Amino acid sequence: MPGSRRAPLQSQHRSRMAALSSPLRVCRGILKELRAIQGPSYKKSLAYNYVMDQFRKNKVTGERYCRAKQEAHHASHTYLCLLASTRNHLVLHNLYHGKGERSPEEVASLVGLRLPTQPGGKGWEK
Amino acid sequence: MLRCIVRLQSKVGNAFSLSKVCLRNQHYECVARYSAATAERKRFYQDVSISQSEGGLYEINLDQRKLKTPGGKLFTVPNEALAIAVATEWDAQRDTLKFYTMHLTTLCNTALDNPTQRSKEQMITAALKFLETDTICYRVDEPHGLVELQKNEWDPVLQWIEKRYNVTIGSSASILGPEIPEATKDNLRQHLKSYNFWSLTGLEYVITQLKSIVLSLGMIDRHLSVEQAVLLSRLEEEYQIRRWGNVEWAHDYDMYELRARTAAGALFVHLTSESSTVKHKLLQD
Repeated sequence: MPGSRRAPLQSQHRSRMAALSSPLRVCRGILKELRAIQGPSYKKSLAYNYVMDQFRKNKVTGERYCRAKQEAHHASHTYLCLLASTRNHLVLHNLYHGKGERSPEEVASLVGLRLPTQPGGKGWEK
Repeated sequence: MLRCIVRLQSKVGNAFSLSKVCLRNQHYECVARYSAATAERKRFYQDVSISQSEGGLYEINLDQRKLKTPGGKLFTVPNEALAIAVATEWDAQRDTLKFYTMHLTTLCNTALDNPTQRSKEQMITAALKFLETDTICYRVDEPHGLVELQKNEWDPVLQWIEKRYNVTIGSSASILGPEIPEATKDNLRQHLKSYNFWSLTGLEYVITQLKSIVLSLGMIDRHLSVEQAVLLSRLEEEYQIRRWGNVEWAHDYDMYELRARTAAGALFVHLTSESSTVKHKLLQD
């Protein structure tokens, strides 16, 4: 594997990114994320109305290199990245890091032992 | 290069301090106290909405109560888009409030409270000092694949920023790093002065996350997307992942967290900068 030639990371990444970079896809992506957050009533949320407004407004300009349109496109892409990565991060966190520490009793029972009990309590316990 | 060292230090540092505190006969007490400090707050509100106050600032309402910063101030933001994004963050919380997912809220709180009393000049100086240890400027000598990768991926970004801001930065493979001429710092200082306090807070956050001022400026100026900037920042890790394989609970976890924080910082800077023409002042000279 290390010996084989590979295209540079950036251009591979760019070809992956090119598929995402059309405004329609970004819009759909954001709506999917909002639906994941809000549930079935996502169309009533503030974010949905604002995002749809912005996409409609920026569709009107026909120029390809209009700067405001590029800025809005970059901003929408950034927001999609924010929503998607917070969701993925939370999923991974719950999957791998969510359980916390085991109590001493649980640790002992992992190897089949029990903690000793002393009637009257240990000297330093209240 | 410095990213991995800093992360290792922070992880090791935490382990040492915790073990010093928990002596054997206070072990159970210590565990109880630690878990009480991280006890999660439940979601105590049903609806999140925004409202506009007289000064043109926007506030967030959780049910009927107005949101406040940790410092006790009223939570206000200068524009509607940012308010809606913060409200969405609060609305996204399910049973418990997970503050580590609410990056925009954290940034607003930092900007409003300013707990470490930073001024604009301090932030600009700190950002420029970061240039000396910028990730993009530190190159390795071997393995050869990584050298090539760094050349192919990082050099274009360096060329872009040198052209855009009319500065010289350069890269180096020595342990001391590149020599940054004063003219470069002055040019960048002039540019950074055009940002307001809130945008500088966001920019500082992005620089700290990406460990590179070149990548941060590239992303803020919309030359790079968030995913591209994160990829370039983690270039060595990506190289090692391709070589040795991906570990989901570490690599993907870190990548998503970095993406989320960087995206939040970038959005924060964009939404709090006054207009786009201010940033291009330097180029028109």
